[in-house]
Amino acid sequence: MSTKLTVLDHVMVPEHKIMSEEDVSKLLERYNITTEQLPKIYHDDPAVKEIGANADDVIRIIRASHTAGRAEAYRLVVRRPKK
Amino acid sequence: MPSPKRIGQIEFGLLSPKEIREMSVRKIIWADTYDDDGFPYPQGLMDLNLGVIDPGLRCKTCDQKASECPGHFGHIELAKPVIHVGYTRLIRKLLRVTCRACGRVLLSPEEIEKVVGTEDDQTGDILSEKDVKKERVCPHCGEQQLKINFEKPTTFSEVMIEDGKKVEHKLTPADIRARMEKIPNEDLIPLGINPDVARPEWTILTVLPVPPVTMRPSIILENGQRSEDDLTHKLVDIIRINQRFKENQDAGAPQLIIEDLWELLQYHVTTYLDNEVAGCPPARHRSGRPLKTLSQRLKGKDGRFRGSLSGKRVNFSSRTVISPDPNLSVSQVGVPRAVANEMTIPVRVTAYNIEELKQIVRTGPLRPNVNAPCGANYVIRPDNRRLRLGADNLDTVADMIEPGWTVERQLRDNDVVLFNRQPSLHRMSIMAHRVKVMEGRTFRLNPAVCPPYNADFDGDEMNMHVPQTEEARAEANILLSVHENILSPRFGGPIIGGIHDHVSGIFMLTHDTRWFTKEEALYLLRYTNIEHMPPPGKKEGGVEYWSNKQVFSQILPEHLNMVFRASSCQNCDTCKKELCDRDAYVRIIDGKLECGTIDKKAIGAFDGQIVNRIIRQQGMKRASVFIDDLTKLSIRAIMFDGFSFGIDDEDLSKTEYGQIDEVLKNAALDVTRRIKIYEDGQLEPMPGRTVEETLEMQIMQVLGKARDQTGQIAGRHLGLGNSAVVMAVSGARGSMLNLTQMAGCIGQQSVRGERIVRGYDDRTLPHFRKGDRGSDAHGFIQHSYKGGLNPTEFFFHAIGGREGLVDTAVRTSQSGYLQRRMINALQDLKVAYDGTVRTTGGRIIQFEYGEDGTDPTKSAFGDPVDVKGIVESILKEEV
Repeated sequence: MSTKLTVLDHVMVPEHKIMSEEDVSKLLERYNITTEQLPKIYHDDPAVKEIGANADDVIRIIRASHTAGRAEAYRLVVRRPKK
Repeated sequence: MPSPKRIGQIEFGLLSPKEIREMSVRKIIWADTYDDDGFPYPQGLMDLNLGVIDPGLRCKTCDQKASECPGHFGHIELAKPVIHVGYTRLIRKLLRVTCRACGRVLLSPEEIEKVVGTEDDQTGDILSEKDVKKERVCPHCGEQQLKINFEKPTTFSEVMIEDGKKVEHKLTPADIRARMEKIPNEDLIPLGINPDVARPEWTILTVLPVPPVTMRPSIILENGQRSEDDLTHKLVDIIRINQRFKENQDAGAPQLIIEDLWELLQYHVTTYLDNEVAGCPPARHRSGRPLKTLSQRLKGKDGRFRGSLSGKRVNFSSRTVISPDPNLSVSQVGVPRAVANEMTIPVRVTAYNIEELKQIVRTGPLRPNVNAPCGANYVIRPDNRRLRLGADNLDTVADMIEPGWTVERQLRDNDVVLFNRQPSLHRMSIMAHRVKVMEGRTFRLNPAVCPPYNADFDGDEMNMHVPQTEEARAEANILLSVHENILSPRFGGPIIGGIHDHVSGIFMLTHDTRWFTKEEALYLLRYTNIEHMPPPGKKEGGVEYWSNKQVFSQILPEHLNMVFRASSCQNCDTCKKELCDRDAYVRIIDGKLECGTIDKKAIGAFDGQIVNRIIRQQGMKRASVFIDDLTKLSIRAIMFDGFSFGIDDEDLSKTEYGQIDEVLKNAALDVTRRIKIYEDGQLEPMPGRTVEETLEMQIMQVLGKARDQTGQIAGRHLGLGNSAVVMAVSGARGSMLNLTQMAGCIGQQSVRGERIVRGYDDRTLPHFRKGDRGSDAHGFIQHSYKGGLNPTEFFFHAIGGREGLVDTAVRTSQSGYLQRRMINALQDLKVAYDGTVRTTGGRIIQFEYGEDGTDPTKSAFGDPVDVKGIVESILKEEV
């Protein structure tokens, strides 16, 4: 029996959530952007693999912030290009 | 204006010999430039087809004048091919990965696929030299491969094994070119080469383009002699050798001579392209100066990219030494008359200003003194012709002026100019000031604006720029003026404020309680913007007296309420507040200083609590008035008592010297005792340390404590009557440590945080015994700067001092490079109207600027809201 490490449980890893399509369209509308203009995250990022997100999903990251207390960021999952 | 076009694609490739011949307008065969009459030789290097630089001549290719003809390329047919130095790496790679017989890549299709990726997923690497094993057999034709040696700069050779010995066989450029030609197009793609634009054989030159004369103009010296450009010189060399080469070849010269000439031609072409190639002596001018050839024109700080395209020189600017003038406002700059007479502002003539401008024109280009009205240097007619004003034409021109003309008026008081000091590391390095024309030869500025520029007056120079349009002046005034930049976006506090003497002066004025007569109070406040005096604080024997706190309160805004602790505060466990012995508890109620001393914390640059509060509550304008008043009041205050420091200010009394000796003796004994314990093996190591480390730490601790004790002894003797103490306590300059070192004991010198250990075998200097661990053998200086160091101490001091110098030098260069990279990475980001941080392409970097959307300039030292400040000013109490 091997114990599997869940990166999301680590104190330094912020909360990652896959956003619903409805939320994504609201988000895009709010900032008047396309998904291409969002910050990116690779599909093989440990946290992304953990929550089971696939390429073209948008994930919401909620992290503790020095300045604001709580900050939300959104990232588009993309495939890591082979070298 | 033409609309900007989007770049679809950029193609990088090599020029083929065919292309070079096609773009050439003339074949160049003569090494000569001009004939005896100064006319260009046909088919020479200055051929008229290549463009013209002499006025009056016309280009034979495009029939345009010297200023309009862009220039045209010519070409030289080389007698034999030569290697282009810029591509030696590529040539080496191609020679090593392709077959010497059939030209194919030395890998099977499967092996290529492993590196490059499959047909539809070409995401892998391009082939490199490492992918091909040395000296293998060609998988396509079965030829045994040879090792290729490359010797800088341009020599390639094959290593053969003959009779068991290694023999190097040199490859001529012609051989290499033949091998390159054999490489099939399909094999080039996995190598990262697009054969449509870059066939490998084009890296070997058979024909050399001759750049147009417009990019290598000759200059005519004062004595009428022509001096050719470095490129032309180099081209002359190439043509001469090429010519000789051809003649020898045609005459059927022996192989040895041909080879020599070939190498010589290769050398000239190499240095023509790059004169700083490793393993190749640079071509030199007759004077011994290395020639500046093609690659030198592009490379480096003064090259085309960093020198000409990213950075350019600018008009309407001036530069001179700076010096201080506390009587100027912070928003002013003193400009020497010579500079003001030279620099101009264009003013359009209208019906409303015509009389004024006529008067200005009549004054002409020489303004007699700084108080005289400004003159003008040029006028511009409606047809854009410039008329220079001289003593002879002033009145005539003044009478000709009418609306539609422009007068280039000289600088005068109150003009807006930009003032800058390099390195411009933050936005406060360029600020807009108001001109004050002055006699002398230096720019003058209020010392309170030194911190944002990081300027001092030990010979610093600064630049001044004169905005030329109304828009530029408005922008300078609204965005860049000094009072708009008192707050730094770096930490949200004031970066402009009192320095050095301002802090000492205001400290001496406001410390404890003093009483001034009317004359004295007015002497102090003479240059400040106050309208009336308050009622006197006390009357004694019919004489009215004003307190020092009253005098200072005059420059405070009326409704200011704040409570804070001055820099002289010792952070006692229980604060005595108003009853503080050091008068460090500052309380300002309704613009009146009730108690406390004003010092660095209150008005200093970077700290400036009062300045900060005034900005928050009454705006930048009021704050800059306060700073002006403050600088004038504090300078008067320091002059009231006088302030100086001399060598005898470091003197202590006999008692103190005795105590210091005692302390140092005890410390030395303590050190020897601990060494004894260590040597006896009795020393208990600290957790995670060796015994030696523990001993070192103990010694450092003992000696550090000893130095601090001498400082305390010295401090007991030197009170606020001592100038150095005043400066240290008020935060103006220096610290008690500096004083300790001057009067008490300099203390331990260190290298990398440890006692000095380097030097000879087991000892630092031959004056000590081997293995001596004593305090004086490892850089403890028990004397003071006043008392003087003994020779070994002096030597240790030099070692410690050198480390500091090296650290500063390394730190500045490293942080400068770090900042350059940060600026390059961040320069195009901006905060959009919706609060997001975006790139120019609209891509989001941050969803809310700084995650809380707070402008750091407007923040209270980083926090979005200054709760403490607001509550304080309402309750008028400390919270």
